[in-house]
Amino acid sequence: MAMTQEEILTGLGEIIDEVAGVPADQVTPDKSFVDDLDIDSLSMVEIAVAAQDRFGVEIPDDQLKNLKTVQDVIDYVRGAGVSA
Amino acid sequence: MRLTEGPQGTRILAFGGYQPAKVVTNDDLAATVDTSDAWIRSRVGIVSRRVAGPDESLADMATAAGGKALAASGLSATDIDLVIVATCTPEAPIPNTAATVATRLGIAAPGAYDLNAACAGFCYGLATASDAVRAGSSRHALVIGAEKLSQWVDWTDRSTCIIFADGAGAAVVGPVTDPQAGPGIGPVVWGSDGGMADKIAIKDRNSFIVQEGQAVFRWATTALHPVARKACELAGVDPGELAAFVPHQANLRIVEAIARKLGAPQARVADDIVHAGNTSSASIPLALSRMTEHGEIGSGDAVLLLGFGAGISYAAQVITVP
Repeated sequence: MAMTQEEILTGLGEIIDEVAGVPADQVTPDKSFVDDLDIDSLSMVEIAVAAQDRFGVEIPDDQLKNLKTVQDVIDYVRGAGVSA
Repeated sequence: MRLTEGPQGTRILAFGGYQPAKVVTNDDLAATVDTSDAWIRSRVGIVSRRVAGPDESLADMATAAGGKALAASGLSATDIDLVIVATCTPEAPIPNTAATVATRLGIAAPGAYDLNAACAGFCYGLATASDAVRAGSSRHALVIGAEKLSQWVDWTDRSTCIIFADGAGAAVVGPVTDPQAGPGIGPVVWGSDGGMADKIAIKDRNSFIVQEGQAVFRWATTALHPVARKACELAGVDPGELAAFVPHQANLRIVEAIARKLGAPQARVADDIVHAGNTSSASIPLALSRMTEHGEIGSGDAVLLLGFGAGISYAAQVITVP
């Protein structure tokens, strides 16, 4: 069964809280990593690594620049056809 | 044929460090390239770095650090019969730096060679020196990590000129002589991956140093804490017993990420990079030297070393502070 939008959002919130110290309740789908959450390119790598551990989806470095908002990551993870 | 015999265990007798006098601050760099103090601090954790003067050679810095370690060890130059200089920035392919440094320190006719494992170089040198003493090939060895990276940095490239710096650090290695004492240098865990050779490179003699920051960051923060844990396991030291963790000072964020994943809550984590910059093979002995001088680590403390960088290469071992 594929993970839902909500499940991935909850997971991402916890990851971003741990990696970048941004409270999970601020991690909403429309937020931009750079402009709203002040997350830089190295933190994005940490988020990608943690997301791989949690969701089983590899996000390569060359894809990171395309993932500008929280929703972009949710779509990427769901698009990879992950099962829970 | 007969074989030589050596002691069961080896130890570090003393450290020594040398940094050039010239301090380059983030504001100094911001005056010439498009960057800022706040940006540099947040991305790499560096506040200032040291850069060698125009007439200050790699051998000068290596000799200064090696001389301090030798003096602090209580040995005389005649006791040293092996000199290893770990460097990726030698002034020339030949002669090597080690023989020059040995002669300047009054060490007569030692085995002397340079070793290039980039930022892992000091840990490689420490391992090979320790093995040489254990095998009876050497009585006491001087291991130096020294770099003059400033001459390979494009000072108009804001992605690299903020990181790299110059300096040297050294350690004297010898046998364990106290029958009550255990070994002071643990087994090395080392390795490499030439498939990632292009991630950090100086491609030829006319090139500057380049690195793919995100790729290096991902590798360093995912592949290395198991290496560090394995070094603890082979030494029989639980990470919770470590007094300090001294990884290569690549980038403060890499240092902190590896430390977090290592899980050594009691360990003081070296942050020498803040005022030393990334000095490649010199960073670990420089940090050890400073931490010893400032009393941040004391005699008998177990400290985990982890070198890693271009190659890609890496090496880790647990040591006991002299």
